[in-house]
Amino acid sequence: MTESQSPQNTSSDKSSWQKSIDLPSERGASRLIMDELLDKLGEHGWASADIFSIHLAAEEAIVNAIVHGNKLSADKKVHVECFVSPTVARIEITDEGDGFKPNEVPDCTQDDRLEVPNGRGVMLIHNFMTRVEYNEKGNHVLMEKVQDA
Amino acid sequence: MAQYRRIGVTNNNDVAIVSFNDKKILDEASIQELGAELFGLVEQHNMGDILLNFTNVEFLSSAALGKLITLDRKVKASKGRMKMCNIRPEIFEVFQITKLNKVFDIRKDEAEAMTAFS
Repeated sequence: MTESQSPQNTSSDKSSWQKSIDLPSERGASRLIMDELLDKLGEHGWASADIFSIHLAAEEAIVNAIVHGNKLSADKKVHVECFVSPTVARIEITDEGDGFKPNEVPDCTQDDRLEVPNGRGVMLIHNFMTRVEYNEKGNHVLMEKVQDA
Repeated sequence: MAQYRRIGVTNNNDVAIVSFNDKKILDEASIQELGAELFGLVEQHNMGDILLNFTNVEFLSSAALGKLITLDRKVKASKGRMKMCNIRPEIFEVFQITKLNKVFDIRKDEAEAMTAFS
């Protein structure tokens, strides 16, 4: 099996780590990357509060891609690319769904929506990460956290 | 007495004190089970007060927040009161960002919550 055909692709040197992986569209599939991502954040000196933030953002975005993007379809994958250095943590997530419009997600902090049980993931991602960008279709998100100097 | 897998329940002056067995509340199946156990507790403990102690909880996802919101509504509907305590700063920040700190009655620890119930 050549490197390009491998579902996983990891590279690592002393200063940074990166990995790409295709996740199946199943509930709980985020665990196939999450533990390693959290370990690498710790190894690169990220504080526990930042690791919490990145964990939450990554978890929410991967769940959204699996459930809302790919609609749990067995023949669709969620592609995840991670990059971790001592100052930058970047996660890119692409699903095979029709995409969504992030600015059309209702504001869950409005008084009349405060008690609606869902719809908080996107807001948490924006609050916990330094930079969050979607492609025009809305099936790809890049999120990045930059360590304060 | 119901058997629980996701929570532990003790009773103190008619307040059901709930602890969580999972450090990370994020797995969809576990969250469904957690919700079912919490909602069952409200039905069983009708008209009663519930205190959720988050000492053991290091992480929770937005799906878990949804269960807590539904639980709060069920408790209020049954004329009970729900409070939360021992929430670590990272999780409190999640409540602040989502403004759920306005919806939930969040107390420092069990002692402060119990005083507030009485």
